[in-house]
Amino acid sequence: MSAETSTETSPAQVAFYNDPRMRGFAYQIILCVLVGLVVYGATVNAIDHLRRAHIASGFGFWDTTAGFDISQTLISYSAQASTYGRAFWVGLLNTLLVAGIGLVFASIIGFIIGIARLSGNWLVAKAAGGYVEILRNIPLLLQLLFWYNAVLKALPIVRESYTAPGGIYLNNRGLILPQPVPQPGFGWVMIAFALGIAGAVAFHYWAGHRQMRTGKRAPVLWVSLALVIGLPLAVAAVLGFPLAFDYAKAGRFNILGGVNVQPEFLALLFGLSTYTAAFVAEVVRAGILAVARGQTEAAYSLGLRSGPTLRLIVVPQAMRVIVPPLTNQYLNLIKNSSLAVAIGYPDLVQVFTGTVLNQTGQAVEVVAITMLVYLTISLVTSLVMNLYNRHMALVER
Amino acid sequence: MTMAEGDLAVADLAFVRRAQIDARPPPKTMTGALGWLRDNLLSTPFNIALTILIALLLVWALPELLKFLVLDAVWSGTDRDACREVVQHREIGACWPFVYERAAYFVYGSYPIPERWRVDVFFAMLTFGIAWLLWLNAPRRDLGAVYFFIVLPVGSIILLHGLPAFGLPVVDTVLWGGVLVTIVLAAVGIVVSLPIGIVLALGRRSRMPAVRLFSTLFIEFVRGVPLITVLFMASVMLPLFVPQQFEPDKLLRAMIGLALFASAYMAEVVRGGLQAIPHGQDEGAMALGLTYPQRMRLIILPQALKVTIPNIVNTYIGLFKDTTLVLIVGIFDFLRTIEVARIDPKWATPVTSTTGYALAAMFYLVFCYGMSRYARAMEARLASGDKR
Repeated sequence: MSAETSTETSPAQVAFYNDPRMRGFAYQIILCVLVGLVVYGATVNAIDHLRRAHIASGFGFWDTTAGFDISQTLISYSAQASTYGRAFWVGLLNTLLVAGIGLVFASIIGFIIGIARLSGNWLVAKAAGGYVEILRNIPLLLQLLFWYNAVLKALPIVRESYTAPGGIYLNNRGLILPQPVPQPGFGWVMIAFALGIAGAVAFHYWAGHRQMRTGKRAPVLWVSLALVIGLPLAVAAVLGFPLAFDYAKAGRFNILGGVNVQPEFLALLFGLSTYTAAFVAEVVRAGILAVARGQTEAAYSLGLRSGPTLRLIVVPQAMRVIVPPLTNQYLNLIKNSSLAVAIGYPDLVQVFTGTVLNQTGQAVEVVAITMLVYLTISLVTSLVMNLYNRHMALVER
Repeated sequence: MTMAEGDLAVADLAFVRRAQIDARPPPKTMTGALGWLRDNLLSTPFNIALTILIALLLVWALPELLKFLVLDAVWSGTDRDACREVVQHREIGACWPFVYERAAYFVYGSYPIPERWRVDVFFAMLTFGIAWLLWLNAPRRDLGAVYFFIVLPVGSIILLHGLPAFGLPVVDTVLWGGVLVTIVLAAVGIVVSLPIGIVLALGRRSRMPAVRLFSTLFIEFVRGVPLITVLFMASVMLPLFVPQQFEPDKLLRAMIGLALFASAYMAEVVRGGLQAIPHGQDEGAMALGLTYPQRMRLIILPQALKVTIPNIVNTYIGLFKDTTLVLIVGIFDFLRTIEVARIDPKWATPVTSTTGYALAAMFYLVFCYGMSRYARAMEARLASGDKR
């Protein structure tokens, strides 16, 4: 207030080069010019280099035939007929596959270990602590190389596979599982499954509202399980279980049929899940410790047993603390899946930034596309987790 | 006593205990080792089951580990025959002669043998600098910082790369390898990422929109992509962006990528520390008439950095582990030398890979665990300062 009046009555006495606003303005212009110069210089040099090396620029390579094979493809792909663009999508889907499954496993293992570290059982707490300290302090790349080269590649050859009943084989070519083959009518089961999920969500909301109105509680868990698992099972039973399995059979030199999970995929999934789980465990532990002890004691004094106390009092409050750092760990897992390149799992980096870059030589375009993809994945993941966080966040009056 | 004797009502009673009896000791099952076992391992049926499960797991895993690393391990030999089951007719654990023979390669890579003393001197200088900085009661820690952040980097470049004028022949970085490269990469990352991180963190909190925009863009961009793409960018795209005559060598490119990557993470850590400083500190400094650089240097940063030391060390641990990624862009770091040595036909045995990885795991575990213990000790020390 007083500052404003004083400037009005007597204009600034300082010279313009001592005026903080003018200075700020000048600093920013200098910074912009510098950044502009660096970008300009880099561009000029890059164009010059590329012209001298006779490397094409632009995204024309996207529609060129790729001519290399990929060991694991979720969508149809062939070396002769598919383009670099197709190879990109194959790699991206492989990345999303391993990251998606890895997130689920890392969360499950991480929550179990995190809670185990707080267990009153001395042995359990120490074992969980040992797990966290060892896994966290060894580089992920070393762990991946170990799982791949020293464990999975050292498994017996095909003829001496470890076998489990039901056509499951484990050998140095990976894990062979029975392949589910949907029969006619399987679509109805999937529809029943989708309806079951929708029904469970609806029931959850209805039960919540009813509890708020009347105080009566509904058996949400059992009804949800019945809807999500029971309904599809019932439909499947009516239709005579329209799902067959193609069981693998050991041939003389090979295992026929079934679905082969590549050792690269197994090693990456296992390494990523166990490594990230160690970090998730620390996040979970910190979150649970952040809930004041008085909360638990108050819940007990209200007559809640330890199960409901954990579910209704501790976990919802702990989740507020857990979600933001958990988001970071999820993002780390997705980004770390790019280490696939070291063990030859055909993820986005191995296929696109590796093979495609080597074949086309168009480093700028290829690296830029790869980075853009990861940036997009990161942004979308943070967005989803932020929405969830807003849902969970403390609503202050 | 005297009061009780004079009291008639008491005297009429048949028996009154006049002295307090000692408390009886708690049951044996509630104290000592037994009680501890009961409290900590066997409190509920569920806990008993868990204890048995974990104990079984440990009884199965730990002896296996001990057998592999020590009991069944081979301690001497000259080639792969010493470590082969078919030759030795016994179970074979780790193949340590492989590690002895390759130890020099793991430490120095292909650094010329007559010049390897330079690497040893570098290690000694580094250890000295780190000890000076980490030992909180050391004399003249300000000098220690100057040594670590100025003398050591310059000295190391001259020593390791060579300066013919000093009689030190040039050793091309292509020949560097092993622990040397891992330590150099980590040291460069540690020395470079903190100052850049501080500048970026201040930039992100600046009131100037352009400065804030560029800092935020850089931080969020680098944090949004995997390190491996940053390394690819540094090793494949960087040479395109600079004039041909200034093309940086391979190791330098990886260093730049790693240092920039670590800086972005460091910036966020420092920003967290800056946010923890109450605004009143800045306003108080302003009221004293301090300029922006003075306020930051004398008031804000010392406090902000102090509270973030544990997080800074954690970032360093991440950086140290991340140095392994340079093997993907073809740098011979410690892990890469293991990868190369383990497929050497001279030592081709079923246990060679596992032996190599066990060595690497112990190396990284010792360094990272040591750093994390230091971070935790600092945290405890800082917390005790706050308690008053």
